[in-house]
Amino acid sequence: MAFTVPKETYSGKVYNVTIGTGDNVASFGGENVLPFLPFEGTIPNKPLIAYEIQDVPPADWPENVQKPFSSVSGDPVTWAKFCQDTLKAKAIALRLIGTHPDRENRSPEDAAKTVKDVLSAINVPLIILGSNNAEKDAPVLIAAAEAAKDKNCILGKAQEANYKTIAAAAMANNHKLIAMSELDINLSKQLNILITQMGFDKERLITDPMCSALGYGLEYTYSVMERIRLAALTQNDLTMQPPMLADVGMYVWKIKETQAPESDVPLWGNAEERGIAWEATTAAALLMAGAELLIMRHPKAVEAVGKLIEELI
Amino acid sequence: MALSGVEIFKLLPKTNCKKCGHPTCLAFAMKLAQRQASLDQCPDVSEEAKKILGEASAPPIRSITFGSGDEAVKIGEETVLFRHDKKFVNPCALAVEIKDTLSEGEITKKIEEVLTSEIDRVGQKLRIDAITLTNASGDKGKFESAAKLIASKAPNVPVILSTTDPASAEAAVKLFAGKKPIIYGANSGNAEAMANIAKAEKAILGVVADSLDELAALTEKIKSLGVEDLVIDSGAKKAKEILGNNTTIRRSALKKNFKPFGYPVINFAQRDDSLHEALIASVGITKYASIIVVSSIERWKNLALFTLRQNIYTDPQVPMQVEQKIYKIGEATPDSPLTITTNFSLTYFIVSGEIENSKVPCRLAVMDCEGLSVLTAWAAGKFTASKIAAFIKESGIENEVNHRELIIPGYVAILSGSIEDKLEGWKVTVGPREANGLPAFLKARTT
Repeated sequence: MAFTVPKETYSGKVYNVTIGTGDNVASFGGENVLPFLPFEGTIPNKPLIAYEIQDVPPADWPENVQKPFSSVSGDPVTWAKFCQDTLKAKAIALRLIGTHPDRENRSPEDAAKTVKDVLSAINVPLIILGSNNAEKDAPVLIAAAEAAKDKNCILGKAQEANYKTIAAAAMANNHKLIAMSELDINLSKQLNILITQMGFDKERLITDPMCSALGYGLEYTYSVMERIRLAALTQNDLTMQPPMLADVGMYVWKIKETQAPESDVPLWGNAEERGIAWEATTAAALLMAGAELLIMRHPKAVEAVGKLIEELI
Repeated sequence: MALSGVEIFKLLPKTNCKKCGHPTCLAFAMKLAQRQASLDQCPDVSEEAKKILGEASAPPIRSITFGSGDEAVKIGEETVLFRHDKKFVNPCALAVEIKDTLSEGEITKKIEEVLTSEIDRVGQKLRIDAITLTNASGDKGKFESAAKLIASKAPNVPVILSTTDPASAEAAVKLFAGKKPIIYGANSGNAEAMANIAKAEKAILGVVADSLDELAALTEKIKSLGVEDLVIDSGAKKAKEILGNNTTIRRSALKKNFKPFGYPVINFAQRDDSLHEALIASVGITKYASIIVVSSIERWKNLALFTLRQNIYTDPQVPMQVEQKIYKIGEATPDSPLTITTNFSLTYFIVSGEIENSKVPCRLAVMDCEGLSVLTAWAAGKFTASKIAAFIKESGIENEVNHRELIIPGYVAILSGSIEDKLEGWKVTVGPREANGLPAFLKARTT
């Protein structure tokens, strides 16, 4: 029996998103094919990995992922420079976790200053994330968006409860925008539609269908992502064509498998390697499902996923 | 190509005798076309029809049982490209490679690792499924003595015998008689000899080629020699080729019913860097491998790969559920707080994760609500005051805690009064609506 490679024809294409300014830009998305199948389409960009940093010292991170940053994480500017200069980060994701009302409850003005300071210290593109408190994120991200005006950052995350103000701030200050919904393709589509109905350009959106860690609902994120990609490519659904974000680090580094010492669970093996493997494996699975932008923490996990991407391209 | 119901009907006896359990031959034909019935249910079907229909009604990817006894693994039989369409059927087997150039001590150590690899996760026992013995020495004697060691120390573990030398394969495979091993290494040069050994020893044959074209020709040839249980390797080693070829093979088998590729796929993921190897194996787990061979099985790596495999092979149509019980999180004492939620796995994972995050030891009562989330379970009448009260009473928790306080999810605050009415002596406290409010909530209580 003669063999011919069965090729799919895709009618849609993921939007190509470029962030940053001048010579220091990074692009992701842009493909018209399912992940890493170049034999039937074009893949102009590799997925982009951003290093996560935060505005307050990462005392809430497990020790094994605090350690690589222990000498720099006291200050977001030093931390950001370390990621850029020493770890060769291609992008940095600043999480303004200190603005959360249950945390340091920092003001929008504080947040704006941190954003300004970090931006003036680095030249790689910046992703600016709130604390995921829907109410507080609105004023914080407005201030942050203004502080970063025209720097072509990614602002996030806009959710159903607060998208209007955050989308308006991203629009007014020339940023890209993350739209996050909770593990449901219909909610994700609906939020993208609501945001574009405000006049926000759909080609400036990034979809976050909400990440889950390996072993903690990863299969839901995996399938939602796969379905979004199929809708974008095979049905040419314009509302599903923004690139997708997998916010891996924060979900992975709060579960038991990345924290429990080997003495507690000898069957699970070395705790440090286990944590790194957990973050890298979660990221690898979501790359196969279609994620184009990853936010990660541990340098060794980032390195391993980078190496995988090189082998897939 | 698969036959339609009407085409199948034409080949049936058309007696409407009902012996197959269906009202008419046409109804039976329709079931056959949907692969929901098997031809042997019809006692009167002709030999000719059997031949035509048997061929057409075979599953698009052959089901093969690798190994024997309790530790046998079933592979193949997949029906879809994407797990959200329909559950992936048979989880891929993970095999560790042992080279016959290793010393007896080193081989024994690796066997030991396999035998002690079992981990319990969410009620499932997961382990390294198989051993791949590679004839790296090229020496028949060495291969055979390593195989002897494996056969005696791990008699129940399914085995892949990797060699391109028919004489070595034959010598080693005899040690695993009746245990359905895989002889891996049939290629264009040795296909006939290898097929004969596999046939005589009732072994599965692993077929390897340098390209998809060559692979298709090889499996056709081997099938014509009378070996039907095959696992196939396109020769892909690099992640890009593994993904591309696995995808092409799965699509060809399912969408084109291309028989030469209707077999389980084996991938070799070995790398010097163990973490990199884990990620290559992840590509195989998510994308269509039925067997993945790795070079090392550190426990941290096993845990990650087992968990990924478990996640990918869950049924997307059935909510994942966790066992109803009262879980201790952290070093919970009789004075630690008691919270309650439903047994939808995602709810459980998120709530337990946040409690863990709070570093406040707790007891988390997980109530069987058929895998529904809190609000859905409440709306469906499965997370009600009387059911919660009954669960708490029957759980025996009253003997384990010093207090009588139950923390309920904020979304069902409305239940607090009626739970107190039904659960005498208990105080009900309303917790946060979202799980991410738990750390602050729990910490605030301890200060």
